[in-house]
Amino acid sequence: MSPLSRREFVAAGVAAGAGLVVGFYLPHGGKTGKGIFSPNAYVRITPDDKITIVVARSEMGQGVRTALPMILAEELEADWKRIEIEQAGASTLYGDQTTGGSASVRTTWDPMRKAGAAAREMLISAAALTWGVGRAGCTAQEGAVVHAASKRRLSYGELVAKAATLPIPSDVPLKQTKDYKIVGQRLARVDTPSKVKGEAVFGIDFRMPGMKYGVLSRCPTIGGKVLGFDDKESRKISGVTFVGKISDAAVAVVADSVWGAMEGRRVLTVNWDDGPNKDLNTAAVMESLKQSAAKKSVSLYSVGDVSKVAGRRVSAEYQLPFMAHAPMEPGNCTAHYQGSGCELWAPTQVPQDCRDAVAQAVGLDPDQVKVNVTLMGGGFGRRLEHDYAVEAALVSKASQAPVKVMWTREDDMRFSTYRPASLHQLSAVLDGAGWPVAFTHRIVAPSISGQKGQPGPNGIDPDLPDEAAFVYGLPNVSLEYVLAETPVPLGWMRSVYALQAGFASESFIDELAAAAGKDPLEYRLHMLAKDKDKDQDIQYFTTTWHTARMRGVLQLAAEKAGWGKALPAGRFRGIACFGCFSSYMAEVVEISMENEAPRVHRVVAAVDCGQLVNPGIVEQQIPGGIVYGLSNALRAKITIEKGRVVQGNFDDYAPLRMDEVPTVEVYAVPSTEAPTGIGEPSVPPLAPALCNAIYAATKKRIRALPILG
Amino acid sequence: MAELTLRVNGSEKKVSVPPETPLLWVLRDTLELTGTKFGCGAGLCGACTVHVEGMAIRSCSTPISQVAGKSITTIEGLGANGLHVLQQAWIAEEVPQCGYCQTGQIMTAAALLAKIPNPSDEQITQAMNGNLCRCGTYERIRKAIHRAANGGVAAAGGAR
Repeated sequence: MSPLSRREFVAAGVAAGAGLVVGFYLPHGGKTGKGIFSPNAYVRITPDDKITIVVARSEMGQGVRTALPMILAEELEADWKRIEIEQAGASTLYGDQTTGGSASVRTTWDPMRKAGAAAREMLISAAALTWGVGRAGCTAQEGAVVHAASKRRLSYGELVAKAATLPIPSDVPLKQTKDYKIVGQRLARVDTPSKVKGEAVFGIDFRMPGMKYGVLSRCPTIGGKVLGFDDKESRKISGVTFVGKISDAAVAVVADSVWGAMEGRRVLTVNWDDGPNKDLNTAAVMESLKQSAAKKSVSLYSVGDVSKVAGRRVSAEYQLPFMAHAPMEPGNCTAHYQGSGCELWAPTQVPQDCRDAVAQAVGLDPDQVKVNVTLMGGGFGRRLEHDYAVEAALVSKASQAPVKVMWTREDDMRFSTYRPASLHQLSAVLDGAGWPVAFTHRIVAPSISGQKGQPGPNGIDPDLPDEAAFVYGLPNVSLEYVLAETPVPLGWMRSVYALQAGFASESFIDELAAAAGKDPLEYRLHMLAKDKDKDQDIQYFTTTWHTARMRGVLQLAAEKAGWGKALPAGRFRGIACFGCFSSYMAEVVEISMENEAPRVHRVVAAVDCGQLVNPGIVEQQIPGGIVYGLSNALRAKITIEKGRVVQGNFDDYAPLRMDEVPTVEVYAVPSTEAPTGIGEPSVPPLAPALCNAIYAATKKRIRALPILG
Repeated sequence: MAELTLRVNGSEKKVSVPPETPLLWVLRDTLELTGTKFGCGAGLCGACTVHVEGMAIRSCSTPISQVAGKSITTIEGLGANGLHVLQQAWIAEEVPQCGYCQTGQIMTAAALLAKIPNPSDEQITQAMNGNLCRCGTYERIRKAIHRAANGGVAAAGGAR
C-alpha cells in the first residue's frame, strides 16, 4: 500500500492531569478527502519519570514496536531503558494507521522526530523557567535537563507539570545525524523476551470471560453462495452453541471450545450454489492474461521513444502464478458485539479498515467500534484485509456472545487473497556494441486495488508507483501497464508488484547481457552510468531514483560476493538489483545444481535504505525477505481447479525449511538520507538473481515461476 | 467426555474433554497455556511442539487420551528456574521476528539438546526441519542452538 505524503505540523495538545502529552494535528488519511484535522498523541511523560511512547502501527515481526519509539526517543533525549511502549488501537488521532508498503518508518520518521523534539524543547524551557536561566545554557540528556554552569539537573518527570503549561513550539530544531545516540544503534527488540517465553499475546491467544470459539464453513468455490444447510449432526457435538448462516457464502459454527467448533463444522452439511466460477481453472486464468495483453496499455513511465529505435531486437515473455501469504498464525479475531457497540481484538495491519468495515457489517457507527491491535504471527500483507474482523463481529452478533473466530490452515490457504498472477512482455533494442538503447516492459496483471473498488487514476493500481520502477538511465524506456480481470480474490503480498516486475525485468536484463556476450554485472553498471559524470535522477511518479545509489548497492554486493572471482567447481552465481519502497537492493546468489534443481548456498545482499534506525532489525528483515523470496521462487504456487483453490496446507504449499536455507550476508551502504522501506525490498531481487544463476549453470532461462513447477 | 488427569509442567491438572481432543487445544483453551501455538493442525509446521516424557511431539495431532498420566512440558515450563539456556540463546541471537513459531522451535531444539548436547549442523537440520518459520529465522535458530550447546557463548566462526 502506498504511503500517502502528508504534511504535518506541531500544533497544540496539552495534557489533562499532571503529565505532558505532545500532540500533532495531521491531515486525515484522505478517505474523506476533506482534510479533516485530528489531534494525534505519541508521547506521555508522567511525574514518576515514566515515558510512554505510543506505536500507532502494527507489530507483525518487522520491529516497529522497537524502531518507531527509537526515533521519538532520540529527539526526546530520553533514557531508552525507561521507555514504555503502548500499542494504539484504531484511532482518529494517528492519520492512516495502515501497516504496509514498508512504510512505517519512512512515513513516521518526521512526525516521530518532531514529536520527540517538541517535547524536548518544552522540557528545556520548563527547566530554564524554573531556574530563571536562559534556555541556551540548558541541555537535555538521558531523560533530564541539565544546566551545566550551575551543575543543576531536573528529571523530565520533575518538569512535566511546568512543561504542560507551555505552548507547543510550531517549529522545532531536529538533531543532526552526528549527534544520534539511539537511532543507528543495534538495540535489542522490546518484544523478544516475551516471544521466547511464550508470554507474547498474539490475536489467537486473546481470551475474555464467556468467550466462545467460532469456525466458518465458507463456499469452496470462488463467488459461490450458501443455498441451505443441515446442522443436525453439528448440534450433537459437545459444546456447540450456535450454527447459523452469517453471510451469503458462509455458515458459522460456535462452540465452547475450538475443538468443538471444528468438529461441529466437520459434520455440518451445506448445500452450495457454486456460482459463476465453477469451471474456472488456472489455465483459463493464464489464457485470459494472454488475451488481455492485446489490450491498450497505460503508461507508467516513458522517456524517449522506444518505437523509433532501430537495432538488434530482443524480446521475451515472463509469467508468475498466484501465491498465498501463509503467515504462521492463521487468521483469527475476537469480537464482542453488544448492541450499542462492538469491541475487537484483532491481529491486523489495518485497524481503521477493520473498524469501518465492522461498523458497516453490523450496523453501527465507526465510533461505536473499538479495535484493539494484538501482536501478529506474521502478516506479509494477508492482514491488510479485514475479512476476519467482519466475520468475528457478525458471528458475535448472531450468536450473542463474545466469539473468537478461528481459521484453520486450510481456511487460510483456500480463502486467502492472492498475489495476482501476471504476465510480462519485455523487449529491448541493442546497439552495435550490445548495449540497450531502448527498453519496454508491459506488465499485464489484475489490479489488487481495482478489484477492491479503488482502481486509482487511469486504472493504475496505486501500488505500482512504489513497486515497478526501472532504475536504469537508458535513453528510451517505456513501462506500460495492462489491466487484466480475474475473479480470483487478490491481495497485497510482501513486495506486491515489485516481485513480478523485478523478476521479469532483472531476468530480462540478464538475457540482454547474455545476448551481448557481456558480464551481467558490467552490463548493469553500464546502464547505471558507471561514469559518475552521467549519474541520473529518474523521476518515477513521486519518487526520485538515483542511478548512483543503485550502482552503489550493486557494486557493494558484487564486491562482497567476490563477483568475477573463480568459484569452486559446480558453483555458479547470479546477480540482480531492484528498487522499491524507495530503497535500493542488490543480491548475488550462489548455487549448485542437484538433480536439475538449484541448491542455494549463499546470498549476498546489499541495501541502501538511507539512515538505519536499528541495524539489527535491518539484518533481520533482509534475510527474512530473502527466505520468503526463495520460498516464492522455488515452489509457491496457488492453482485453481473447478473454481476452487487446490492447495490446503504446508504439504502442497511448502515454504522453505531449514535444510534449504542459504547463508545470507547483509551489507548496508552508510547513509544519512531519510530512512526508506526495509520490510519488502529484499524480496524482489532474489528470484531473478537465482534464475540468472541457474542460467549461468545450465544455459536454460527460467521464464515462469515457480522454478520447481 | 472423559475425565483425565494430566501432568503438565510438574503439576497435576484434571480436565473434562472429549477424549479425541488434540492436546494442543486442551493446553491452550482449557489450561490457558497459550505459548504453544496452532499453525497447521496436521503435524506439518511444528508450532505446537511440546514434550511428552521428554520427547518432542506435535500436540495438534496428539489426542489427549494418549497422553493422560504422562509428563507433559510446554514452553511455560521449560525453564524450571528462570530462562532455559535455549531461551537465553534465542534472546542473545535476536532470533524472533514475528515470534509465533519460536516457542515450538525452542521446544524442538530443547529435545535435541537433551539427546545430543553438542549437535552438528547436520543433526540440527535433521531435528529442526519439521519446524516452519515464515519470517525466515532459520540461520539464527541454528546459531542459537550452537550458542546454547556452547555454554551460552557464540559458536566460533558461525555454523556451516
